Amino acid sequence: MTTAAAALPAREAGPTGLWSWAATVDHKRIAVLYYFTAFAFFLLGGVEALIIRLQLAGPGRHVVSAQAYNQLFTMHGTTMIFLALMPLSASFFNFVVPLQVGARDVAFPRLNAFSYWVFLFGGLFLNLSFVAGGAPAAGWFGYANLTSGQYSPGHGIDFWALGLLTLGVSSLAAAFNFIVTIVNLRAPGMSLMRLPVFSWMTLVTSFLIILAFPIITVALILLMFDRMAGTHFFVPAAGADPVLWQHLFWLFGHPEVYILILPAMGIISEVLPTFARRPLFGYPFVVYSGIFIAFLAFGVWSHHMFSVGLGPVADSFFALSTMLIAVPTGVKIFNWIATLWGGSIRFTAAMKFALGFIAMFIIGGLSGVMHASPPADLQQTDTYFVVAHFHYVLFGGTLLGLFAGMYYWFPKATGRFMDERLGSWHFWLTLVGMNLTFFPMHFLGLLGMPRRVYTYAGDLGFNTMNLVCTVGAFVIAVSTLVFVANLFRSLRAGRPAPPDPWGGGTLEWSIPSPPPEYNFAAIPEVRGRDPLWLEQRSGPAERRGARGLRPDAHIHVPAPTGLPMLAALGVALVPAGLIFGLWLSAIGAAVMLFGIYRWAFTPI
Amino acid sequence: MPGPRPLPATPPTSRRTPAAASAPPPDAAAPRSAGPAPRATLGALRAAALAAVAALAGLPGAARAAATYPQSTFYPHSEVGGLIQSLLNNLLFWVFLIFVVVETLLVVAMVRFRRRRESTGPPEGAHGHTGLEVAWSLAPVAILACIAVPTVGTIFRIGGPAPPGALQVNVVGHQWWWEFQYPQLGVVTANELHLPVGRAASFRLQTADVIHSFWLPGLSGKRDVVPARTNQLWFTPDRAGTYRGQCAEFCGESHANMRMLAVVETPQEFDAWVRDQRQPGPPPAALAARGAQVFSQSACIGCHTIQGVSAGVLGPNLTHVGSRSTLAAGVLPNTPESLGRWLQDPPATKPGTLMPNLNLGRDQIQALVAYLESRK
Amino acid sequence: MSHLAVAAEPRTSTGLHSRKLAFWAFLGSECLFFGSLISTYLVYKGKSLVGPYPGHILNIPFTSVSTFVLLMSSLTMVLALAGIQRGRMGQFRVWIAATALLGMTFLTGQVIEFSSFVREGLTLQGNLFGATFFVLTGFHGAHVSAGVVWLWSLFAASFGGRVKPENALDVEIAGLYWHFVDVVWIAIFTLVYLIQ
Repeated sequence: MTTAAAALPAREAGPTGLWSWAATVDHKRIAVLYYFTAFAFFLLGGVEALIIRLQLAGPGRHVVSAQAYNQLFTMHGTTMIFLALMPLSASFFNFVVPLQVGARDVAFPRLNAFSYWVFLFGGLFLNLSFVAGGAPAAGWFGYANLTSGQYSPGHGIDFWALGLLTLGVSSLAAAFNFIVTIVNLRAPGMSLMRLPVFSWMTLVTSFLIILAFPIITVALILLMFDRMAGTHFFVPAAGADPVLWQHLFWLFGHPEVYILILPAMGIISEVLPTFARRPLFGYPFVVYSGIFIAFLAFGVWSHHMFSVGLGPVADSFFALSTMLIAVPTGVKIFNWIATLWGGSIRFTAAMKFALGFIAMFIIGGLSGVMHASPPADLQQTDTYFVVAHFHYVLFGGTLLGLFAGMYYWFPKATGRFMDERLGSWHFWLTLVGMNLTFFPMHFLGLLGMPRRVYTYAGDLGFNTMNLVCTVGAFVIAVSTLVFVANLFRSLRAGRPAPPDPWGGGTLEWSIPSPPPEYNFAAIPEVRGRDPLWLEQRSGPAERRGARGLRPDAHIHVPAPTGLPMLAALGVALVPAGLIFGLWLSAIGAAVMLFGIYRWAFTPI
Repeated sequence: MPGPRPLPATPPTSRRTPAAASAPPPDAAAPRSAGPAPRATLGALRAAALAAVAALAGLPGAARAAATYPQSTFYPHSEVGGLIQSLLNNLLFWVFLIFVVVETLLVVAMVRFRRRRESTGPPEGAHGHTGLEVAWSLAPVAILACIAVPTVGTIFRIGGPAPPGALQVNVVGHQWWWEFQYPQLGVVTANELHLPVGRAASFRLQTADVIHSFWLPGLSGKRDVVPARTNQLWFTPDRAGTYRGQCAEFCGESHANMRMLAVVETPQEFDAWVRDQRQPGPPPAALAARGAQVFSQSACIGCHTIQGVSAGVLGPNLTHVGSRSTLAAGVLPNTPESLGRWLQDPPATKPGTLMPNLNLGRDQIQALVAYLESRK
Repeated sequence: MSHLAVAAEPRTSTGLHSRKLAFWAFLGSECLFFGSLISTYLVYKGKSLVGPYPGHILNIPFTSVSTFVLLMSSLTMVLALAGIQRGRMGQFRVWIAATALLGMTFLTGQVIEFSSFVREGLTLQGNLFGATFFVLTGFHGAHVSAGVVWLWSLFAASFGGRVKPENALDVEIAGLYWHFVDVVWIAIFTLVYLIQ
């Protein structure tokens, strides 16, 4: 246990060394671990995409074999969704949420560390497949019965299913943690309707996770029983229905896409007001629309199945529910634009990315509306049109939002600015690259190019557009390198940043950059939304009342411990043993139980 | 497609070095050279919006060029296809409209409200406008209703039973080829579908192994073939021609090689085709006769049917393989040279195919090619 | 160690203990987990191509007794919690042991029942009924087993002084888990056994 005295230096040197990172339970450091690990997986997924694009640059190319290509697109999707975008969002949940709600850490710091380590080990396990017999090759949604042992022999799908099961543990644990943190650890006076929108979206996303992940957990368990225990959950010859897999998967899968987008929507709901110098327009409506989207998310899943032949009644129901979910999404967009209206916009790198998010997400959302009409969708689904749609919402949406967050909160986390000029280059190259890559795909799809094809005929008119897409992908690669250069340069030698570099309104800007380990010397008392702006508008006499009480005499900071990492290792070894030998599972279970018991009986 | 007009230069308003007056549209291959500034930000975004709209506006032009885009989904040539297209036109109209309106609002906001002087003090208190919120919640609902009503109508029209007197075609998807049966006519063939123009065709869709998707974009939307399930699809082709199709549900290694052809022809031509398909085929002469021998003495007979010779069902029916325009599910043109290449090493053309490399000798292949090409 | 006691009751926005809140969130996710397993069972009900079929093999009288045993274990759990909340450690130990023993009785009943099913030809691999039934009840049984281990751990820890009235919350949370597992069994018993 460590404590901090009342007189506090402005900036403390944190602990250093590998063990300090392995045993950390500080949400800010865990955020850094998440960020770098997720970004490394993002680069891996990006390399997979570049190989895909090289293969498709022209018809009939032989850059990779069909089997290798099928592994690449499967791993690209799985990696980007589960190992890049979700953990990058988790990195922001970790860093920002406790600061925004006025807490010293998340509710369960050791569980938080555990979530990160399970993510790392799960991601490594999944990618082990490349060198252990072949990566999975049935697409990121692994439709039955292609994923059965009969049609997908070898261990690829086993790695996929067991890897995802492991990653699910990580996401669930993190979601429980953030729900309790946001619901229970808010500073005095911070009612839910005074919560910053990013924290609200984290809360909504966490609820989506805890309700959606158990469904895919069951689906993956049933699949693994089929593959390893001889059951017939998805074997047609035994009377089973492979469409059950699709229902279970998409009941998870559709909430999953909202899990992917809501955090980025939360980020830009913070960035836009700060750089437009206006509070968020229609705060309650932005919050309620997020909640409404989450509810509706569980009612639209079969819009991924319009070509399956569910019947006109089911198709109509899901068409209508899908169109309905466009409404709260539109409400958010209008509120963001209204936030800009009448403001005084400063085009920092963070702001450019936030504005780019809106522009690109509008396109992605509109192509989504086009998919919502089943008869039209029968021409669009499973073609490059849908590939365009989801890349616009996930790349143009989520990823741009995450970059906005990075430029915005990097100074808070490190005490240094990221370089604005490089940031601008990063933005423009990204915008050009992504549009070059994904806009032609709308056409490719409508002109008849199916998705998941390792090659295509040269006389279908696809050649030039595919080449353009490939060029765009390399522009994206260059833009990513610019970002990486900016990141490392800024970490070492970025311009020093004050506690409040942007004039933000939320609590994180009231503490030093980087924050001390305990975040707040005194837990603030909150009197309204955007408490810092509120305080700045009030007179100096009221400042202390709005912002804080006497510094606490005694701050308890959780001690570092390696137990979460140990327990996580155990958790990851259990499924690994199903492939490599049950002795490994037994060791994993023992390590896991030991870790959990010691952890449960060690006071924090 | 038409490109965007160059934008007029606007005077710099920020203290940063002004960039070029206008920025190239986002789908230009050349990267920007100048350092970006707020004015260029706005200019470029405006250009992007224009380019996008212009590009999309070029769609109908591209769409009608069916020859250049043989697998295009635009204006499918059937009644069902017509319904799908009107729905798509409806969608495209609303989508363009919303795109232009909302992106313009965004760009206008960015231009009009960019920072003109250092802002002093914190932003004002929370603001909102319930009336606006209601308005921009209800307006999308109204627009969506304009999409929803024809959508549901079309769903029920397409999903209804085929018109009476339709030509019945049973489709069976295999890894990685398409089997077509005409139960009313006693014809079994593979990968090349023949249909009479103007007569409804009703498809019973099944699979022999995993989920595939039957898709002839020039004629109709797609429908999956699902194990243990029979799906239905029908349409009435209204224009003669050759239509290209592909499997549209990832089904394994050679999913990309699972293509098909639909030949829509006059009723007379169709009847002639049916007659030919029903015949066992002419007796082979010379080299072809030797090929027949090779065929019946090799593993071929275990997987393929040639009427009167063999009854294998794992691979396509070859009784009239010589009459088809393509081979290997639309992947190769049907020429002696391509057929020879296929026979030499099937997995090289179609990775993962269940047809193994039989290590046939050069003479055997030559003979087989002669025999199979004679099966017209 | 003194400031630990001070930190034991931190201020929370809702007034609820964080661990209790977290546990309710966990139970929410468990609802979806068992809900998916139950839905799979219901989707495949009547779809088995071969027997044995539920009507032939399920023994409602026997399983009713098991169900009663599990229900009674929830009662003893409540008594155990009452014991520790009032500082009556003896009462706590008796009733928590009783709960664990009743849980083990339930599990024994499951083992007996399932062995007889297997002997009569119902297996995981045999038909869809076997697969869905055994996976559903198997996961439920695994949850009961984990609960039994948890209860015995609390029983043992009470002797070492690590479970005391001050942290009755630990027992309360174990109780929440135990009641949840019981409720899931009611749902399974109703949907699988009673409604055929």
